[in-house]
Amino acid sequence: MKFNIKILFLIAVLMQSCWGDRGAPNYEYMPNMYESLSYESYSENNLFEDNLSARLPVEGTIPRGYSLYDYEDTNEGYESAKKNLTNPYILNQEEMLKAKELYTVYCGVCHGSKGAGQGILVKREKILGIPSYADPGRAITSGSTYHVIYYGKNTMGSYANQLNEKERWMVTSYVMKLKSDLSK
Amino acid sequence: MDQKELRRQFSLFKSSRLSNLKTKIFGPLLLALFFTSTITIFAQDGDPFAGKALFNTNCASCHKLDRKMTGPALRNVETRLLEDEGLDREWLYAWIRNSSALIKSGDAYANKIYEEYNKSAMTAYPQLTDSDLNNILAYTAQEKVVPVAVAAATQVSNVPSNDLGLSDQIILGVFAILFLLLSIGLVLVAKTLKNLAELKGVKIEEKKKGKPIWKAYLENQFLMLCTAVIFLLVSAYGFYGWTMQVGVNQGYMPVQPIHYSHKIHSGDNKIDCNYCHSSARVSKHSGIPSLNICMNCHKSIYEYNGETTEEYSKEFYDGEIKKLYKAVGWDDEAQEYTGVTYPVKWVRIHNLPDFAYFNHSQHVSVAGIDCQTCHGPVEEMEIMYQHSPLTMGWCINCHRETNVNIKDNEYYDRIHKELSKKYGVEELTAAQMGGLECGKCHY
Repeated sequence: MKFNIKILFLIAVLMQSCWGDRGAPNYEYMPNMYESLSYESYSENNLFEDNLSARLPVEGTIPRGYSLYDYEDTNEGYESAKKNLTNPYILNQEEMLKAKELYTVYCGVCHGSKGAGQGILVKREKILGIPSYADPGRAITSGSTYHVIYYGKNTMGSYANQLNEKERWMVTSYVMKLKSDLSK
Repeated sequence: MDQKELRRQFSLFKSSRLSNLKTKIFGPLLLALFFTSTITIFAQDGDPFAGKALFNTNCASCHKLDRKMTGPALRNVETRLLEDEGLDREWLYAWIRNSSALIKSGDAYANKIYEEYNKSAMTAYPQLTDSDLNNILAYTAQEKVVPVAVAAATQVSNVPSNDLGLSDQIILGVFAILFLLLSIGLVLVAKTLKNLAELKGVKIEEKKKGKPIWKAYLENQFLMLCTAVIFLLVSAYGFYGWTMQVGVNQGYMPVQPIHYSHKIHSGDNKIDCNYCHSSARVSKHSGIPSLNICMNCHKSIYEYNGETTEEYSKEFYDGEIKKLYKAVGWDDEAQEYTGVTYPVKWVRIHNLPDFAYFNHSQHVSVAGIDCQTCHGPVEEMEIMYQHSPLTMGWCINCHRETNVNIKDNEYYDRIHKELSKKYGVEELTAAQMGGLECGKCHY
């Protein structure tokens, strides 16, 4: 039995050494069955000038299910959205839970679970000066929140590619809930 | 934060005591200390400690003391304004409390600075009282002393670490010499014993030369047969093992163009996987985040201040952030995008063969499986590698063992009821739900 275990161990060691260089992928039986003929999302592609397979939508078109956002990324656009833009969704309890989940993933790292600007990155002093949602100088509204999620503002980046339109409004609802909780 | 400041002051104090010992070297530092104290006397009407806390909560998202950010650097802003523009503290009060009103009133400098910073409107702070603002201004009036203290600290801390390295080497050397002496001693002892034996006339018996063992072994047919059988079995097993690892990339750990540490981002800073890999929730692919997602944080985080090791120093990590800035075309000095970008050629690690279909959203959103189930302890990986074999056997094994997550999912209501009746079980595994059908993944 001992002998067997030794041999097994030896084989295991030998097998490990079969594919020595962990920095390069292992060889395959039939590469033409493994590798995609069609272009993969992130593959290089010499058809285009920038060598990227991933393309932007053609200018002037919008993907199905998307809608246009009418406010411009300027101070005027911000003020106008703050005043005129309203939330088209009213969330039920289940959706509110989902909104909280999204908020925790995308906003909570900086803005904190209560929206007071005390996320983990602030506590660890990586990013400073995150305002509370109840900050009187900003006096955020649904419209301004959505606008800032869409375009970003100052140091905050745009979250339009991480959250789709409905999700942005869901997060906005949750932010307004946090704001009213904070103002209590 | 106040405690930290105190500690820094204390370390400065210590270093100033050191400087008494080496006046020649640390003279300038003393001088700097002297200046700090005089300046804080000038700005006596505010408390810089309280000012720092206020600054960090209210101003730091757009201003740093010594760096241009969304707004200008604020070190000595009051003196600079007074000397260069002839504007006093009242002007600053008005600006901070309501900058847009000041701009609209036609104030020349207010309009100039508004244009200079791309018309980014500063938030109004009507809630800050005069004393709050005085505290903040006192904080900005503090002289920059931090790097001196840090340099002194690193100088001090470097010495013992060098000592440790040296002593390790010395200990190893001593051991090597000891072993050498010991072996020489043993040889000498053996020699003298032999000599003694010869002197006393003791005969050392020489071994009789019989048949050599290998010859006896070769002549024994049974042993030879056994050997042959074992040899064949072992080589068959070895060959089987070799064929089975072809195409399996478990442990694949390529060098990436930018050293991105999952340990720092997801382990230390607890950023959710979905923050960057946001498409895993909603699409087949768990996408590689585009660089604008990096810039969500790295617009403000331009240097690394966490734990370091000899291999991964602060300079190393800072260099990697510079690589990101170059790729995304971010001019860190001017705080704006240049528009010249270089796509990063990340090396794909997890790659299923083209003949197998896998959908991330189905596993992440519907089944609610943790990323770590397949990708391993990513939050501990300094360098990302493939944790699981990603073979078909591995997939199927999990499908056999995992129950379908039917919680809050109407889609499964009926089929789960009927199938669990058919199989006579309480809960269905993914396999019983059809997770072993060939066509589910191969088509």
